[in-house]
Amino acid sequence: MNLRRLAALIRKETLQIIRDPSSIVIALVLPVVLLLLFGYGVSLDAKDIRLAVVVESPTPAGSSLVAAFADSPFFRVTELRHRGEAEQGMVAGRFKGVVVVPTAFAEKAGRGDDAPLQVLLDGTDANTARLMRGYVEGVWSKWLAHEAGQRGQTVAVPVVAQPRVWFNPQMLSRDVLVPGLIAINMTLIGTLLTALVVAREWERGTMEALIATPVSVAEILLGKLVPYFVLGMAGMILSVGLGTALFQVPLRGSLWVLMAVSALFLVGALAMGLLISTVAKNQFVAGQIAIVSAFLPAFMLSGFVFEPSSAPAWIEMLSRAVAARYFVTILQTLFLAGDLWSVILPNSAALAVIAAFFLVVTLRRTHKRLD
Amino acid sequence: MFGRILALIIKEMLAVWRDKKSRFVLIVPPLVQLAVFSYAATYDVTHVTLAVLNEDGGLAGRELLARFEGAPTMAHIIHVATEAQMTQAIDARDAMLALRLPQDFSRRIEAGQSAPVQLILDGRRSNTAQIAMGYANTIIAGYNQDRAALQNLPAAPGALVVRVWFNPNLESLWVVVPGLVGVLTQVVALVVTALSVARERELGTFEQLLVTPLRPWEILVGKTVPALVIGLIEGSIILVAAQLWFGVPFIGSVLLLYGALVAFLLSIIGVGLFISALSSTQQQAILGAFFVVVPAITLSGFATPVENMPDWLQMATLANPIRHILVLMHGLFLKALPAELAWQSIWPMLVIAAVTLPGAAWLFRRRLY
Amino acid sequence: MEPLAVIREVGKRFGDTTALDHVSAAIPAGQVTGLVGSDGAGKTTLVRLLAGLLVPDGGDVAVCGHDSVTATAGIHAAIGYMPQRFGLYEDLSVIQNLSLYADLRGLAPEEHRATFDRLLGFSGLSGFESRLAGKLSGGMKQKLGLACALIATPKLLLLDEPSVGVDPVSRRELWRMVHGLAETGVGVVWSTAYLDEAERCHSVLLLDRGKLLYDGDPAVLTGRFAGRSFVVRGMADKRAVQAAARARADVADSLIQGAGVRLVMAEKAPPPTATELTDSPGATVEPIPPRFEDAFVALLEHRNAAIPALPSWGRHSGSGTVVEAKGLTRRFGDFVAVDKIDFAVAAGEIFGLLGPNGAGKSTTFRMLCGLLPPSGGEARTAGIDLATAAPQARQRLGYMSQKFSLYSDLSVRQNLNFFAGVYGLTGAHRRDTIARMIAVFGLEHMIDQNAGGLPLGFKQRLALAAAIMHGPDILFLDEPTSGVDPLVRREFWSHINAMAAEGVSVLVTTHFLDEAEYCDRIGIVYRGRMIALGAPDAIKTEARSATLPDPSLEDAFVALVERADREEAS
Repeated sequence: MNLRRLAALIRKETLQIIRDPSSIVIALVLPVVLLLLFGYGVSLDAKDIRLAVVVESPTPAGSSLVAAFADSPFFRVTELRHRGEAEQGMVAGRFKGVVVVPTAFAEKAGRGDDAPLQVLLDGTDANTARLMRGYVEGVWSKWLAHEAGQRGQTVAVPVVAQPRVWFNPQMLSRDVLVPGLIAINMTLIGTLLTALVVAREWERGTMEALIATPVSVAEILLGKLVPYFVLGMAGMILSVGLGTALFQVPLRGSLWVLMAVSALFLVGALAMGLLISTVAKNQFVAGQIAIVSAFLPAFMLSGFVFEPSSAPAWIEMLSRAVAARYFVTILQTLFLAGDLWSVILPNSAALAVIAAFFLVVTLRRTHKRLD
Repeated sequence: MFGRILALIIKEMLAVWRDKKSRFVLIVPPLVQLAVFSYAATYDVTHVTLAVLNEDGGLAGRELLARFEGAPTMAHIIHVATEAQMTQAIDARDAMLALRLPQDFSRRIEAGQSAPVQLILDGRRSNTAQIAMGYANTIIAGYNQDRAALQNLPAAPGALVVRVWFNPNLESLWVVVPGLVGVLTQVVALVVTALSVARERELGTFEQLLVTPLRPWEILVGKTVPALVIGLIEGSIILVAAQLWFGVPFIGSVLLLYGALVAFLLSIIGVGLFISALSSTQQQAILGAFFVVVPAITLSGFATPVENMPDWLQMATLANPIRHILVLMHGLFLKALPAELAWQSIWPMLVIAAVTLPGAAWLFRRRLY
Repeated sequence: MEPLAVIREVGKRFGDTTALDHVSAAIPAGQVTGLVGSDGAGKTTLVRLLAGLLVPDGGDVAVCGHDSVTATAGIHAAIGYMPQRFGLYEDLSVIQNLSLYADLRGLAPEEHRATFDRLLGFSGLSGFESRLAGKLSGGMKQKLGLACALIATPKLLLLDEPSVGVDPVSRRELWRMVHGLAETGVGVVWSTAYLDEAERCHSVLLLDRGKLLYDGDPAVLTGRFAGRSFVVRGMADKRAVQAAARARADVADSLIQGAGVRLVMAEKAPPPTATELTDSPGATVEPIPPRFEDAFVALLEHRNAAIPALPSWGRHSGSGTVVEAKGLTRRFGDFVAVDKIDFAVAAGEIFGLLGPNGAGKSTTFRMLCGLLPPSGGEARTAGIDLATAAPQARQRLGYMSQKFSLYSDLSVRQNLNFFAGVYGLTGAHRRDTIARMIAVFGLEHMIDQNAGGLPLGFKQRLALAAAIMHGPDILFLDEPTSGVDPLVRREFWSHINAMAAEGVSVLVTTHFLDEAEYCDRIGIVYRGRMIALGAPDAIKTEARSATLPDPSLEDAFVALVERADREEAS
C-alpha cells in the first residue's frame, strides 16, 4: 500500500465526482427528490376517507349516526338516499365505503332488537379497507355508548383495551418512512453510483491504462471506496438534516451511533457496487444489476414500507440477505426509540458480516488483467 | 411510405431483441419484480408475535389468554414475567404488540366491572401495529360478547354487518398483481423508448436515419409501434400470470382492458421518447427515465392511496398515467368497470399521449444541433 | 545487447479465434519496433501481452527480465503504456492527468514541476494545462496520452495504434517525439496500420492473422521487391489505366498517385508496355524504387486476390454542378467551426476534403447533407437546400459517417434489409440489389453475424453498401477508411472509382494523404477555412519552395498549414 498513489487516486475520483453531473444528480438531487416525495406524497395514514352514508328514510337515530360518522376525523361523509347510487359510486371509485342505515334501523334500534347496520367496503384497496373496518367499529361503539347514555343506560363492557403506542404515539407513517429512506439513499450512492463509475472506467478504457501502472488492486479499490464513502455520508447527513428540519421527524438516539452504523452499512453497499462493476464492466448492465439486486430489495424487502415477516417464507428468507433490512431496523429504532442496544448490536453484527463478505469477494475478484 | 415505416419497425424490434443487454432488461427485471412485488408488497399482517405479561393469574385472565392463543391471527405468543422483559420484547422487536393484564383483572371481571387491559404497540411499525391492534380488538370483542351472553347482560342494541366488496378476503395479491400490469409495462415501455433515440444518437445511427427519406413522424411511428407491441406482450404475460399463477379473478371486459393498455402505453411511450429526444447519451436517458419512474410509481396509488396525499398533490397526480391505469386495472379485474366509467380514466392518458408524442417528434430534429 | 522484451512461442485464443499463433520475437532497447498488420492480425493482443494485461495460452513473455504472468508488478514498474483510446480521464484537466500518473508511477513530488514542464514543452501542450482532456483535439489527446505514459521515463514504451484518427501534422510531431525518445535508449513498440510509419521504424514485426510473417528491418523486406515497382505517366484517363492494370493477372497492385498510376508486378513478371494499358500516345512506364507498402501488399496479395467490380447501375453520366457551398458558415456559440467556405463539385467528380481534426470537415458535410442548418451562406446539394427540402430529396444522396453507424446488434443481412426498406426498394429490385451488395462486398460468410462484431474492414464495407444500395447520385464519405488496412482501402477506392465513372459525385474526407492523390480535386480545410483548393498536383506545385523542390502531398499539406499559421500570427 503506497499512500501517495492512494491519495492520487482519491484526488482523481473526487475531481471526477465534482465534474460529472450524473454523480451529483444521483448523490444529491435524487435523495432530496425521494425525501420530498416520501415526506409529502406517501402516507399510510388514512384521513378523510370518502364514505357514503345511505339513510333510506330519515329518522333521528339515522341522523345522529350520520353525525357520528361525520365527526370522525377518518371520514368525509356524503349523505345519500338511495343505496344504488352509493354502490355505483363505489364501482366508480368515488367512495371507499358505504354505510347503509336501513328503514327498519331506527325502530328496531330503539327496541333493542337486532337492527343490522350494513357496511360495504371497497376491497380493491385492501389496506384502507382493513383500517376502515376498525374505524367504522370505533364510530359504531362510540355511537352505541352515546345512545345508551341518552337513554340513561350503561352498557357494561367487561374487557376494555387501553392501547398505548410506544415510540410514535400519533402513529405517523412519515416518522417511520423518512428514517428508512436513508437506507434507500445510501444504497443509491453506495451501490448504484459506484457500480456505474467503475463500469465507466472499463468502458472508456481508462482502467486499462490504470492497471498497467504499478498501482495495486487494494489501492484501486480503496481509491474508489474513500471518495464515495465521504459522498455517501454526506448524503446521509443531508437526509437526516432535511428529515428532522422539514418533516419534524424526531431523532431520539445519538448522532454518533447513527454515523457509526451508517458507515458500516455504507462500506457493504460500496463493496457490493464495486463487485457488480467488476462483473459487468459496462454501465448499462451494471446499472440494471444494481437496481435489481440492491435498490429494489432495499425498497421492498427491508421493512421500509412493507413488513418482510408478513411475506411468504421464501421472501422472508431472501430478505435476511439484504443489508438494508438490518439497517432500516436500526434506523427506525434510532430515530423513534433511541439507543436501544438490544436492536443495534445484533443488527450491526449482521451488517458487519455482509460488508466483510462483499469486501473479501471483491478483493478476490478484482485482478490487474483484462481476461 | 408504408414500406419505409415497416422497415423501421422490423429494425426496431430486432434491435431490441438481438441486443443481449436490452433482452435482459425486457425479461429479467420484470420477472424478478413480478415475483418479488407480488409477494412482498403486502400490507397483510401475518405472523403477529404477542408478548403477554399476566400479573393477574385468575381464571378470567386465563380464559382471555386462551382466546388469544387460539386465534389464527396471533401466530406466536411469548409469556414474560416482568415489565422489564415486556419492554425488552417490544424494544428488540421480538414482539409486535404486548398485552398486560393487571393484578385485579379477574377480580373485576368476576365482579361484573369493567377491567382495563393494556395493549402496547410498536410505533416504529405504525401500519402493522394498527392492524395487529385491530386483530386484538376483535378477539377482545368476541370475549366480551360471550361474557355478556353468559352473564345475561343486555346486548348491544343493534349489530354491525361489515361486508367487503370486490375482494372479500382482502387479499393483497388481488390488489398488487393487477396494479403490476400497469407498473411493470410502464417500466419496460419507458426504458425501451427512452433508450431508443438516445442510443441511436450516441452510436451515430440517428444521423444515418436522418439522411434517409424518412420523415420525423415516420420515425415516431417506427419507434412507437415496437414499444407498443412489447408493452402489450409484457402486459399480457402478467395478465395470464395473474390468473393462472396468482389466482386473481378477472371479471371485466378484455377488450376494454386492451383499449386501456394501448392508451396507457401511448402516453408512456410519448414520455419515453420525449426523454430520449432530450438526452444525448444513454446514461442521461437512463437517469431521466429513473427520475420519471420513481415519482410516477410513488405518486400513483400503487403503494399508498392517492387519497392520503395532500390535495395539491392529488391534483398533480392527474397528469400521471399510472394513476389512471391503476384505477382501470383494479376496476376491470375486480369491479367489472363499465365502459363509460373506464372512459373517464382513459381520456386523460390520451391527452398526455397527444402532447408528448408530437412533442418528441418535433424534438428529434431540433436536438441534433 | 540484451533485448528489453522477449516473446517466446506465444499463443493466445479468444473463444474460437486465434489471436496469436506461436509468435516469437525480441524487442531491443533504443529502437522503435513497428507492429504492422491488417485488422485482426493480433497487434493489440501482442501489446497487451507485453503490458502483462493478458495471460498467454502458451509460451511466455518476459519484459526487462520479469515474467508477464508471475512478475507483473515488475513489468508495470518498467513500462509506459498508451492504450488505443489513450486512457485519459476526459473530465480531468491536462495537468491533473499528468499529476495522477506521476503519483501512480511514483515520481518524487519535488520532480513533478520539472518533469511536467519538460513533458508539456516536449508535447506542445504548454498553455493548455488547465484544459479538460475531453476538450482537446485528437492530436493533443494523443500527445497527452504519450506524456502520461512517459512520466517516469519507462524502459519500454508500448503504443497501441497511436496515430489512428490523427491528422498528418500531429502524426509527424508524434513520430519525431518518439524517435527522439528511442535515441535516449528507450525501447518503443509502435503498432500501426500506416505503412509509411512502419517504413521508418528501425525494425518491424509483420503480423497476419496471428502469425508472424516478417521480423526485421523494413528496408530489407522492401528490398526483396526491388525491380517490381513501376509508374505509368502521361495518359489521359488515369482511372482507365488503373482499371486495365487491375484486370491483369501479372499486376500485384495498382494505385493512382496524382496524375500517375503506380504498379507493383507479380514475381518475375515483366512490366507491361504503355500501349497495353492505354491508348494515350504520350504514356510511359518507368521503374521506380519500391516502398514498404508495395512489399506489404504483395506479401498479402493472396488476401486481395479478387476485388469484384461494382456492377454498372445503368445510369447516365450526369453533368453540371451537383454540390455547391457558397460562403458556407457554421458557428457554435462563439466558435466558428466553418468559416465562409466555397467550393463546387461536378457530376462524376471525386472531391476530397482534407484537414486536421476539428478543422470543420465533418461540419461541412453535415450541412451539405441537411443534418445541420448553416449559420450563414448556402449549402446546395442536387440543386436544393436539404435542410428545408422534402424528405424525398434525400433519396438522391448516400452518406457514410465517420463513426460506424449501422446497427451493431443487427446481422449483416438485417442491416441491408433495413436500409433497402427505408430507401423504398421493393420486390425483385430489392432482392437483386441486396444480393449484388453481398456479392460485391464479399459479405456471404458473415451474412448472419452481428454487424458490431465484424472486423473493421467488413464494418466499413457494410456501411458503404448501405450508403450506396439505393443508387444515389451524390455520395458523402466521411473518413471511410480511417483505421482500415491498405488492402481494404484499395478495395474501397476501386468501388469509389467505379461509381465516379458512372457519374456519381463523391465527396470524401480523409487523413491519408495518399488517398487524397486518388481524388480529382481536393480542398484543404484548416481552422474552418479553405486554405487550398485544386487538383492534387496543382496543390503540390503551390507548396513548392526552395527547401522543398518536389514536395509530396503530405509535405505540401504541412507546408500549407504552417503558412496559414504564420498568416494567422501576423
